[in-house]
Amino acid sequence: MINPREIRKDFPILEQQVNGRPLVYLDNAATTQKPRQVIEALVRYYETSNANIHRGIHTLAVRATEQYEAVRGKTAVFLKASHAEDIVFTRNTTEALNLVARAWGDANVHEGDEIVLTLMEHHSNIVPWQQLARRTGAVLRYAGITPEGKLDLDEVRGMIGPRTKVVSVVHMSNVLGTINPVAEIGEMARKAGALMVVDGAQSAPHLPVDIEALGCDFFAFSAHKMLGPTGVGVLWARRGLLETMEPFLGGGDMIALVRQDESTWADVPHKFEAGTPNIADVIAFGAALDYLGNLGMGAVRAHEMALTAYAMEQLSSIEGLKMHGPERADERGGVVSFAMNLAHPHDIATIADGHGVAIRAGHHCAQLLMRHLGVAATSRASFSIYNDKDDIEALAEALEHVNRVFGDGSSRAAI
Amino acid sequence: MAVAEPQFDDLYREIILDHYRRPRNRGELAAPSQRVEGVNPVCGDEIHLDLEIGDNTIRDVSYWGHGCSISQSSASMLTERLKGCSIEEAERVMGKVRAMLIDGATPDDEIGDLQALEGVARLPVRVKCALLCWNVLKEGLQQATTAA
Repeated sequence: MINPREIRKDFPILEQQVNGRPLVYLDNAATTQKPRQVIEALVRYYETSNANIHRGIHTLAVRATEQYEAVRGKTAVFLKASHAEDIVFTRNTTEALNLVARAWGDANVHEGDEIVLTLMEHHSNIVPWQQLARRTGAVLRYAGITPEGKLDLDEVRGMIGPRTKVVSVVHMSNVLGTINPVAEIGEMARKAGALMVVDGAQSAPHLPVDIEALGCDFFAFSAHKMLGPTGVGVLWARRGLLETMEPFLGGGDMIALVRQDESTWADVPHKFEAGTPNIADVIAFGAALDYLGNLGMGAVRAHEMALTAYAMEQLSSIEGLKMHGPERADERGGVVSFAMNLAHPHDIATIADGHGVAIRAGHHCAQLLMRHLGVAATSRASFSIYNDKDDIEALAEALEHVNRVFGDGSSRAAI
Repeated sequence: MAVAEPQFDDLYREIILDHYRRPRNRGELAAPSQRVEGVNPVCGDEIHLDLEIGDNTIRDVSYWGHGCSISQSSASMLTERLKGCSIEEAERVMGKVRAMLIDGATPDDEIGDLQALEGVARLPVRVKCALLCWNVLKEGLQQATTAA
């Protein structure tokens, strides 16, 4: 069982007041707050272990290398992956997906090949593929969404065929909260001889992930959305794939031998970690993995699903409010996007902020989805382990206030 | 409840809400001399202005688009204030509105209802909403000057 009141004691930032109210942080899909343990790990590294990693002989260099590589191992355990060497540290999910589109895509995707995406992708899982398509002459195909906000699986099935080279799908939508059946889609991809890429930026922080059971070829996510620091992303690749790929960036740390005209590459995963990596933040990410590991991702999921169900119940009683996405809390993660017929998302977010409630308003880096929903923007509340029912009630109270501010007119602009 | 409900009277003044609910001069002009538009890529707000300019005067002006109450009411007030104005007066009003929003300058009566936007200046993330239509107007006036 998750006890948000106990957990909150580990998050110094949540102790503050915003606009005279206790801060209610409901923008966790953008980034989560960091527990004291993560912040202390960062400080401890700089105070006791700072050195550049790999090839160092002196004590600090060995210590820093061990700590950095230990987090690769912890990440493997978190994903239930068998081999730590299949894990590459990047800056973020975006960089991990760019790495795949460049290092794998350039060598394997050719003119006329098809890349299958969905209309609910974040821009980070659209733009790198558009760039690949432009470089190679490949064709992009987008699977649609049902009226309830689920992926149209029949359309996905119909789209994947002999021309498909890669299928790249978000595991959990950052707008709708929809959890996609990526294992099933991965099976379709495999039968067609295509690779399956999963954008796990929203799922890894909130759902138990068993990477082998997912059956995908690449899985990408970011540390900062799961209690870790900014500047660390993770790319997991199916055994053997990284060896077949050319490096993404060239430079120090990724080579074996450098001669005047050519070089040979270091073994994986170092081949894909050119230059000094984000050592301190990777090490602090280890503390975030420990924190989540101690809670248990099953318990995290159960807590957030109960909160989501409560939020959907509370918000459904607010006049003129419409929620996007699946109706059942067990089919979605802890993300609730909504529209209110009297007020624009930015006005909603401003009034919520006046109540100390942090929510996000905008296109959430998902303009294809916004166009599909027929809106320019949505308001979004998203949950984490330190949120409780009081937070949901504070949000509902702020939204009632939105209706009082905007509601008295006899008519309104067509927005 | 111990804490008083937060007040938004300063930001969402009745006059702003009124222009939002009952927009003035909304729609296209039959024969605009200038048609200009602007979007705020961060939030998706969109404003189109139609201007009919002749004899150094804004003979008619209308707007359409979508977005938050601040961006839309600012445009509605712009059209109401500037219809029939000389270019010089329009530029003076534009300068005063921009000074109020960007520099926090105290507005005077010449800008009329637009004084209601004064509260926006203290919310930096919303200033761009109020400014959108004025940036569009600036482009329209420049086009008109170049064409003349």
